[in-house]
Amino acid sequence: MSLLELRNLTKTFGGLMAVNEVSFSVDKGAVVGLIGPNGAGKTTVFNLITGNYKPDSGEIIFEGENIVGLPTHKIVNLGIARTFQTIRLFQNLSVLENVLAGCHCRMKAGMLACMFRPKWQKEEEKEALKKAWAELEFVGLSKELTNKAKNLSYGNQRLLEIARALATSPKLIILDEPAGGMNEQETQELVELIGEIKKRGITVLLIEHDMSLVMRICEHIVVLEHGAKIAEGTPEEVKNNPLVIEAYLGVDED
Amino acid sequence: MNRKRIIDIIIILVLACAPLFLNTYWVDVLNNIGIYAILALSLNFILGHTGLFHMGHAAFYAIGAYTTAILNTMYHIPIIWLMPLSGVLAGIFGYLVARPIIHLRGDYLLIVTIGIVEIVRIALVNNIFGITGGSNGIFGISRPKLWGFVIRRPQDFFYYIWIFLGISVYLFYRLENSRFGRALNYIKEDDLAAEGSGVDSSGYKLKAFIIGAIWAGFVGNIYASKMTIISPESFSFWESVILFVIVILGGSGSMRGIILGSFLIIGLPELFRQFASARMLIFGAAMVVMMIFRPQGIIPPKPRTYNLDFLKLGEAEK
Repeated sequence: MSLLELRNLTKTFGGLMAVNEVSFSVDKGAVVGLIGPNGAGKTTVFNLITGNYKPDSGEIIFEGENIVGLPTHKIVNLGIARTFQTIRLFQNLSVLENVLAGCHCRMKAGMLACMFRPKWQKEEEKEALKKAWAELEFVGLSKELTNKAKNLSYGNQRLLEIARALATSPKLIILDEPAGGMNEQETQELVELIGEIKKRGITVLLIEHDMSLVMRICEHIVVLEHGAKIAEGTPEEVKNNPLVIEAYLGVDED
Repeated sequence: MNRKRIIDIIIILVLACAPLFLNTYWVDVLNNIGIYAILALSLNFILGHTGLFHMGHAAFYAIGAYTTAILNTMYHIPIIWLMPLSGVLAGIFGYLVARPIIHLRGDYLLIVTIGIVEIVRIALVNNIFGITGGSNGIFGISRPKLWGFVIRRPQDFFYYIWIFLGISVYLFYRLENSRFGRALNYIKEDDLAAEGSGVDSSGYKLKAFIIGAIWAGFVGNIYASKMTIISPESFSFWESVILFVIVILGGSGSMRGIILGSFLIIGLPELFRQFASARMLIFGAAMVVMMIFRPQGIIPPKPRTYNLDFLKLGEAEK
C-alpha cells in the first residue's frame, strides 16, 4: 500500500521547468531513494511535498488525502517530517530544545495553559521531555543535551536534525542528503540508524549523493534528470538502466 | 539558594521600602520606570522572543488608555473593571493590525509598525468619532478603587504598579518557560525550520502580537488612571522608540535585563537632570558604546533549564 503518492507534479520557476510531470509512489514501511545529478529537481520535489512550495499542477496524496496547498506545519502534523540539505537547526538553543521543537506539534497547551499550568499541562511537558530524551538516545546524542546546537560537529548536527524530525512522531521522514559532510564511519552509523528508523515502522524517503549508501539501504529508487523522472526500480534495475548510467553515473570521457 | 536569588530578594525588599524614604518626586519616577518596564516586558514577547521588529507598541498602549478614559468619563464605569476590557480591546486591535503584516520580515515590518503608531496618534489628534477629545485629550478620569481603597497618592500607585509588574513577571516567566515561549524562540532562530518542525509560525507571531497588545492595554488603563488626563502626545512614535531601546539595550528576551534597562533609560535621565540638554548627548553616546561592545544587551537571557531527574531514575538501571 502506498503511503505517499505524487501524481504528475509540475513546478516552474519563471521559465525554468524545475519539476516536470513527476509521478511516483512511496510504499508504507519502505526506504525509497530519490537520486539524480545536481539541479535535477530533487530538493524541489521535497519542498513540494512538505508544502514549502506550491506545485503548478499535480497532486500529492498522503494517506489518501491530497495535501497540496496545506501549510507546512499542518503537513508535519499529518505525519511528514523532514531534514534540510543545508542544516537548519536552532543554532543558539540547546540540543534538547531543538528536539522539543519536534514535540511541539503533538502538544496542546496554549497561552493560558502555559500561564496557569493546570495538571495536564505539566504532564504534557513531562511527556515531551521524555520523548525528546528518547529521540536523542535513539540517535546517540543524549550526552549533548545542554550543549548549544551550533557547538555540535557537522555529523552530529545532521543527527540532531533527524532527532528533531523523529520527535514529531512522523509516518514518513524525508531526509535531504543525510550523509552530506559525514565521514566514512559516520556514514556507516547513519546507514544503521536509517535501518533502525525503518524498524520503527517509519517510512523513509531520502535524497543522497553517496551512491553506495543509496544502493545499500534503498529498496526502491527514483531517478530524476532535468526535473523529469527517467527511471525507477530496485537498486539493481536502476544500476543497469542505460539511461541512468548515461545521465547520472556518467560515461567518463576524460 | 543561589546568589542570584538572594540579589533578587534584596532588590525586591529595597524597592518595597523605597516609598518610605523617598520624596514624592522620586516615587513618581519609580512609577514611571514601572510602567515602562511592564510595557517593555510586553513588547519583549514580540521583539525579544519572536524577533519581530515592532516599533509601534505605543499604539496598543494608547488603545488601552483611551478605552479606559472614554468609558470611564462617559459611562462612569469603575477603572478596575475597565482593565480587562482595555486589554481585550488592545488585543483585538493588535490582532487586526498584525494580521495583514505578519508575513513581512525585519525592516519592512518595522516601517509598517511605525506607520501604525503614527496613524493611531493622528486619529486621536483628529478626534476620531468625536470621542477622543482631539489634541487636548481627555481629562477627569477617576482613580482606581480596590476593595473600597482609592489609589490616589504616588505612594499608592507605586505599590499598585509594582505589584502588577510582579504578577506580570510571574506569568511571563511561566509563558517563556513552556511550549509557547519555546515556539517563539524557534521562530526567532529560523522560522522556516520552525514551520518545518510543525510550529505554526505565522500563528505564533500573531499570538505574540496579541499577548503583547493585551498587556500594553492593561498598562494603558493604569496610566490613564494615574494621570487622570491623557492626550495623544503620550503615545507618540518616540514612546515606541524608547520601549524598543529598553528591550534591545536591556537584553532581548531577558526580563531581568529589561527591568534594569527601564531603570537606566527612564531613571538615569532624571538623575542627571541638572546637566540639561547635555544629558541626552551622553545618553546617546552611552547607547552607541553599549551596542558596539555588548550587542546582546546588558543582561542577555539565560538558557532555559529543564529538570530531567524523572528520567534519570530509569537510567540508574543501565
